[in-house]
Amino acid sequence: MATDTMLPAGPALDTPAERPPGAGSGGRSRRLGKHALLIVLGLAMLYPLLWMVSSSFKPTETIFRDPSIWPRQVDFDNYTEGWTALAHPFHFYLWNSAVVAFFSVVGNLLSCSLAAYAFARLRFRGRAIFFAMMLSTLMLPIHVLIVPRYVLFSELGWINTTLPLIVPKFFATDAFFIFLMVQFIRGLPRELDEAARMDGCGHFRIYWRIVMPLSLPALATSALFTFIWTWNDFFSQLIFLTDPNTYTAPVALNSFLDGQGESAWGQLFAMSVVALAPIFGFFLAGQRYLTQGIATTGLK
Amino acid sequence: MSELGLGDIAGSAGDRGAERRAQPSHRKLLKSKGSRREDRAAYAFLLPWFIGMAVFTLGPILASLYLSFTDYTLLSPPEWVGLDNFQRMLDDTRLHKSLVVTFEYVFVSVPLQLSLALALAMLLNRGVRGLAFYRSVYYLPSLLAGSVSIAILWRQIFGGDGLVNQLLDVVGIEGTSWIANPDTALGTLVVLNAWTFGAPMVIFLAGLRQIPASYYEAASVDGAGPVSRFFRITLPLLTPIIFFNVVLQMIDAFQNFTQAFVVSGGKGGPVDSTLVYTLYLYDRGFGSFEMGYASALAWVLLVIIAVLTGVNFLFAKKWVFYGD
Repeated sequence: MATDTMLPAGPALDTPAERPPGAGSGGRSRRLGKHALLIVLGLAMLYPLLWMVSSSFKPTETIFRDPSIWPRQVDFDNYTEGWTALAHPFHFYLWNSAVVAFFSVVGNLLSCSLAAYAFARLRFRGRAIFFAMMLSTLMLPIHVLIVPRYVLFSELGWINTTLPLIVPKFFATDAFFIFLMVQFIRGLPRELDEAARMDGCGHFRIYWRIVMPLSLPALATSALFTFIWTWNDFFSQLIFLTDPNTYTAPVALNSFLDGQGESAWGQLFAMSVVALAPIFGFFLAGQRYLTQGIATTGLK
Repeated sequence: MSELGLGDIAGSAGDRGAERRAQPSHRKLLKSKGSRREDRAAYAFLLPWFIGMAVFTLGPILASLYLSFTDYTLLSPPEWVGLDNFQRMLDDTRLHKSLVVTFEYVFVSVPLQLSLALALAMLLNRGVRGLAFYRSVYYLPSLLAGSVSIAILWRQIFGGDGLVNQLLDVVGIEGTSWIANPDTALGTLVVLNAWTFGAPMVIFLAGLRQIPASYYEAASVDGAGPVSRFFRITLPLLTPIIFFNVVLQMIDAFQNFTQAFVVSGGKGGPVDSTLVYTLYLYDRGFGSFEMGYASALAWVLLVIIAVLTGVNFLFAKKWVFYGD
């Protein structure tokens, strides 16, 4: 299959492309013009974000008057007041989000890599059909499944617990990551497996001792995306967590917006910034894996 | 080109078919203990996936098909009502409005987002210094945009005295509340989606990288200018990637929920102008607990997405170029 040779070698994405002939003919001024355009556009893209961070340090009244991204004075009141504005302090909601994200990552890595190993390395009856089934669920919107899942989880008494958000991850329900790992494992040389097989290694040992360690880049990409998606996820958390004592950060933010309305923009912004901070951190730490991941499968 | 993993989705359906056809003979030859043992090993590895597929995916799909023919409020057992739910859709003016809003959103925001993505990818592709930096800056919004935080920010930015109007004020233009005006509310969501052009841009960049430089050299020798190089080489060779992005971003846009929900305060207003399909589904199912009707809506969504994806693949034959 043509797809066997995808991207394990990361650097490809980071080395500048060869210049098509003629590209440099515009000379210095044209190059400067291009950089100016790219910088202006980048600033325009980031302006709302920078402005939100800056506004989180401004008193609420000035948020509506001050479009600049330099706060005149830096003031942490929005953070201290916003932190305790809801029924629980904000770290309570952050912790709930972190628990959901952590177990989702663990679940996805284990269950999706098991399935991926089978699809990428083993020949078995029904492989083509199962693989096609897996691919077809790539595009399946959660909204189609949510009503029956809700009924199922409420029968089980799982509503207002984190279980509906975590348990499915242990059963390889995020087909995207199976797909991503299948692509990656197919790109690994088979010689190592075969040598191990000669030495009498079973499939589980090959999976655990050889394929998994070599698949670290794909695992890192999957972990990062799982974290970001579950941390940002609002739809299913809104549905499964209706008791304010079980809220995660996004649901808490939404209830903050509902309750305080527009009178507390400063505090809302401050808590929004806090909620975005982990994503930004992981973005900085794992950019390479993220861009490779979306280049492979179109993850967002 | 298909070195990108996406060949599997976009291009190689034929490959899989061939593989399936090849299998029986391969099996017959190797019907040894080893292959049966490999079967067993594979099914063991796939066990979690099998369970997940049955309990969390196929089961719910079938259950929601059944529920779509019932009246069900969670309080009493589902009651069979035949085609009533689907009949009701024909007269449900809010649903019609919601369909219009969703299609408008998808068919305006996706082309806008992808054009930006392609334009920027072209700009960045020509060996720009600092490529990694620019790419990161443009990509960051794609990661953040799905969050409630950004939706809250959007609600402020496009509000009556929000950032946009403050900036317009600087140049002497007096804006209205973009969020409260039914003519512009959906536009703010379109802008939000366009803001996430970074993700498809990274995919385009990876695709552009696969086009051999020798093609451009040959074209230059033949006297082709930059415009004709773009239309004769870049664009045709990029069509599989464009196709992949179109399919992916369309499906994605159909599922926009968080942004519409938060920006409109959960109501899809003003006057249902941001009532995207998933929001209406949520409102029926979890706002008024009409689970039967919500299931029917879910199935219609599934059919819409399947049909659109099918149409995409059908048309793909006409414009997507696979080289070999």
